Amino acid sequence: MSATAQAEMLPKVPPMRIVPQSNWLRIDFGELWHFRELLYFFVWRDVKVRYKQTVVGAAWAVLQPFLTMLVFTLFFARLAHIPVGGMPATIFYYSALLPGMYFSSSLLNATNTIVENQRVITKVYFPRLVLPLAATLSGLVDFGISFLMFVAMMIYYGIRPTYAILFFPLFLLLALLTALGFGLWLAAMNAIYRDVRYVVPFLMQFWMFASPVVYPSSIVPERWRWLYGLNPMAGVIEGFRWSLSGRGEPPGKMIIASSLMVLAVLAGGVAYFQRMETTIADVV
Amino acid sequence: MGPVVIQADGLGKRYRIGQRQPYLALRDLIGRALGAPARMLSKNGNGSGGKEKNFVWALKDVSFDIQEGEVVGLIGRNGAGKSTLLKILARITRPTEGSAEIHGRVGSLLEVGTGFHPELTGRENVYLSGAILGMKKAEIDRKFDEIVAFSEVERFLDTPLKHYSSGMQMRLAFAVAAHLEPEILLIDEVLAVGDLAFQKKCLGKMGDVARTGRTIVFVSHQMNQIRRLCGRVLWMEGGKIRETGPAATTVGDFEAAMTSKSDTSIHGSENAKAIFVRWEIMEPRSDEANVLRTMGEVKIKFVVQVRRPVKMAQHGVSLRNSDNQLIWALATDHIDLEVGEQEFCYTFPSLPVRPGAYSWHVSLYEEGDQLDAWDCMPAMNVATENYQHARDEWNGVLNVPCEFAIEEGMKVGS
Repeated sequence: MSATAQAEMLPKVPPMRIVPQSNWLRIDFGELWHFRELLYFFVWRDVKVRYKQTVVGAAWAVLQPFLTMLVFTLFFARLAHIPVGGMPATIFYYSALLPGMYFSSSLLNATNTIVENQRVITKVYFPRLVLPLAATLSGLVDFGISFLMFVAMMIYYGIRPTYAILFFPLFLLLALLTALGFGLWLAAMNAIYRDVRYVVPFLMQFWMFASPVVYPSSIVPERWRWLYGLNPMAGVIEGFRWSLSGRGEPPGKMIIASSLMVLAVLAGGVAYFQRMETTIADVV
Repeated sequence: MGPVVIQADGLGKRYRIGQRQPYLALRDLIGRALGAPARMLSKNGNGSGGKEKNFVWALKDVSFDIQEGEVVGLIGRNGAGKSTLLKILARITRPTEGSAEIHGRVGSLLEVGTGFHPELTGRENVYLSGAILGMKKAEIDRKFDEIVAFSEVERFLDTPLKHYSSGMQMRLAFAVAAHLEPEILLIDEVLAVGDLAFQKKCLGKMGDVARTGRTIVFVSHQMNQIRRLCGRVLWMEGGKIRETGPAATTVGDFEAAMTSKSDTSIHGSENAKAIFVRWEIMEPRSDEANVLRTMGEVKIKFVVQVRRPVKMAQHGVSLRNSDNQLIWALATDHIDLEVGEQEFCYTFPSLPVRPGAYSWHVSLYEEGDQLDAWDCMPAMNVATENYQHARDEWNGVLNVPCEFAIEEGMKVGS
């Protein structure tokens, strides 16, 4: 086959210019779409490797939130009598642990993603955004498995979902964007400052107590609720609780504050990440 | 030649010295922040004066055009900027200045087994590595059997890669890489590994790729590989392009430059009775009198400037390759020379030495006193066709065309 015949078969790609600086405020969605299969393979790799390296495999995704839920129920609900918003304590905690654990594991994975893939990064080009994106997406598999446990619990308690469940996908999306937004910042920072990854687990502990995991956000005075919502996980967790159990009240003002915060973090994260991306291969 | 597919315009890449070594830790940053007020108080500070010193240009003012279908070799010493250039073209790193324009899909093979994961099976790694190197899933599906057959590791396809021997990993990695079909392929020295038979197979595959009209930019330290595969060569030195030209000539010049010349001879002393002034290939005559392109008859002359008559002299000549190995030598006695330019001519039916740089050495003695000895400049560049083994380490001193045939022997017991 001659060169020209070959070239005619393939769609022409526009000429690519290599220049010193990129426009780091712009996301090239066309390029991301072009690399969607690679994104899929990175997610697939993360999931495969994670389950191959563990003894109990997928059961881990259930055990972790379930055992945590039992401990919380015993200490916070039974012994400390912290209010649980008019629902079974187990449901109260588990519905918060679902997004909480997804968030912390995705964030940790996203933080490490540039450093862990440094060999690939220094040998082949692809939009680096694919890596933290894959880290946050692959966390959804664990999330899905632990969600099945939640469904079983709902059936056990005979709780029927209400119309509120229709909002659940939005809260899940908000959780994903929260993890991605902060993940972009931390991934970029970790590439430059290697001890960021040790800070993150520590950070997550504080974050959990700053979020309504073991207590309802109703203990925060009404007029400070929007400020509390600037922690996007507060909005996400209350949203999960309300949409899944159908009890309590919709998170209203809090979710607006959380959404705006996430958009700001995400936009800043993309810009910071892409700025770092231009020098990443020289640093890692 | 086709249209220009890679156009580089004044590419430069600056690294900060030490940028690659220590990883920063947050504590360094905190330490620096705490130290900042103290530094501001001591006024002299580390101003901008010494700034340039902390940088090194790995690449500077590099411009070239590569046309569609060309196979271009990048040669040069370590640290000459070859890999940096390749990384910029592959978009792994950005240039500090200048720009490049690329028309077509780019595939880069800067490492064998890019993206391999030890926990995954051979089958899974073919998909993963293929995707990372730029193949579509449908494309991998289509080529999967071919890739596996090429790798010769069919039996272990469902074994995790960590249980593979390094040789097997390499085969699998090559098999994936060899089936990459971008329009422009950037390759960095990856063929320098693997066992001989397999390497030949890869070279064959690469040759096929080149013949289908794809553009290849290829870094290698194996000069005969470059000679065999590349049409044109860019020789890089100190981050710049030192020379560009046809593979045979430029590789030869490069090898000649690498052969460290320590001119210890007493060549050219003022009061010598006679000195050598130049040498050249007389026949076949060409524009470059130091480049040999024929396997046929060669006539070489060494020109001597005789200042005072010389009686009963001895003259020696020798030829060495770039490893300083003696290839051939001859001495002649009883030479009488008149004042003026004299030419010492040697005619060989053929000089069947393998392509590369060679140096002539000539000397002249009179009754035991050295009149002159000269390591001839420039080096002789043999740019004949290569009839050699595919691997450099199996390339011998001689370069002779030969026929191979299998003929039926005498029948036993009939």
